[in-house]
Amino acid sequence: MSGVRVLVGTRKGAFILTSDGKRKNWEVSGPHFAGWEMYHLKGSPADPNRIYASQSSGWFGQVIQRSDDGGKTWDTPGGGLTTTPEGMPKVESNKFVYDTSPSGKPLTTHQWYDGTQHPWEFKRVWHLEPSLSDPNTVYAGVEDAAIFRTTDGGKTWHELAGLRGHPSGPKWQPGAGGMCLHTIVLDPSNPNRIFIAISAAGSFRSDDGGKTWKPINRGLKSQYIPDPDAEVGHCVHRIAMHRSRPGVLFMQKHWDVMRSDDAGDSWHEVSGNLPTDFGFPIDVHAHEPNTVYVVPIKSDSEHFPLDGKLRVYRSRSGGNEWEPLTKGLPQRDCYVNILRDAMSVDSLDPCGIYFGTTGGQVYCSADAGDSWTPIVRDLPAVLSVEAQTLR
Amino acid sequence: MIRIVLPPHLRTLARVDGELKLKIDGAVTQQSILDAIESKYPMLRGTIRDHVTLRRRAFVRFFACEQDLSHEPMDAALPDAVVRGAEPFLIVGAIAGG
Repeated sequence: MSGVRVLVGTRKGAFILTSDGKRKNWEVSGPHFAGWEMYHLKGSPADPNRIYASQSSGWFGQVIQRSDDGGKTWDTPGGGLTTTPEGMPKVESNKFVYDTSPSGKPLTTHQWYDGTQHPWEFKRVWHLEPSLSDPNTVYAGVEDAAIFRTTDGGKTWHELAGLRGHPSGPKWQPGAGGMCLHTIVLDPSNPNRIFIAISAAGSFRSDDGGKTWKPINRGLKSQYIPDPDAEVGHCVHRIAMHRSRPGVLFMQKHWDVMRSDDAGDSWHEVSGNLPTDFGFPIDVHAHEPNTVYVVPIKSDSEHFPLDGKLRVYRSRSGGNEWEPLTKGLPQRDCYVNILRDAMSVDSLDPCGIYFGTTGGQVYCSADAGDSWTPIVRDLPAVLSVEAQTLR
Repeated sequence: MIRIVLPPHLRTLARVDGELKLKIDGAVTQQSILDAIESKYPMLRGTIRDHVTLRRRAFVRFFACEQDLSHEPMDAALPDAVVRGAEPFLIVGAIAGG
């Protein structure tokens, strides 16, 4: 019997929502890690019961949690009593230290709000992206922007410092939400190809497994930076790909919905008839590579739906032509936001679409967006939603 | 035995109830207490003080005997009442909204 497990990260804990393939009746488990900010949880495509979670707090910093049984039990990987020869604990599962070795070609500073150079300071893990083939390998996107990788199931993390060492690094600067690496997309056809995006630096691609990186922002135009089509400085909000067509990327930028047909080498706008092209999440239908979903938000200073109507927009033509999806969604007095990692799709047939709001609702559509029902209504503000299809 | 009170979130993370009671050889200082905590509960490494600099995290405070010891040198001797186990060493999350 097939089913779905939806992993929900919120400002005050994690929740796991499960249902059978009909996606009508749901069981809600949680809060897990109550009181902590759960920026992201994601399961391994190679072993769906292996789930990684980013747990953080302004008081106590970053913790990485791992479940090997589908979220029933959790542990800090490597949290046992192993010690170094000096007698100190060996666990490093929450240790994210920027590479300062000569081989890492590291930078030590980036641009700060006042124009001075500022040291990189680790704050939290925004996004966890498990390898498509190895349950023990996971990439982590962190603030201040950098990418780390574990190959031992989360026990130790090492920076892929070539990204931060890119010559444009000193020009990167934080947006209002901080300088975070929030998007990691792995190419299923090429294990050496990785796409990432940083607010507010832009998107980058590696073709050698993360050793070296190039900016892929040609075609982006951002009126909020001095040179609107600069190599870096764009506030990319999220990138999505369909696994059958890894050269085609869709992007929700601060403003503008964009598309690339050459793996990010160039982008063109596909906002088309959207009522506003500001937004955060973007995702692709599991079975239709040309069907794309966004949630338009009024503006960069008014982070809520236009006219108080919560509308998901779907394009079945790979952009430009968009239709509002409203059935089951509030069409008055709705002023929530949907954050960048808070939308996901399952791979059942018909495709299920999920998104969570800052008002604590998690909506499900079991018919590819035609109609929606809330699974839960009153969670803490939702930071991330990841759907796992269980077969 | 040195008595230590962790904030609730760290008790959950370390899977302990109530006070910690740890034996510390040598001088009883903030540093030796934190070393002992992290040795016994490695999942707490990085949550009270930074992994690399070993500096106290900004929103964590150390209290004992009705004093704020957060800004005292890490290797300074702690009050005798803490050393004798008459008073606990308190690790506290700073007051904040949210």
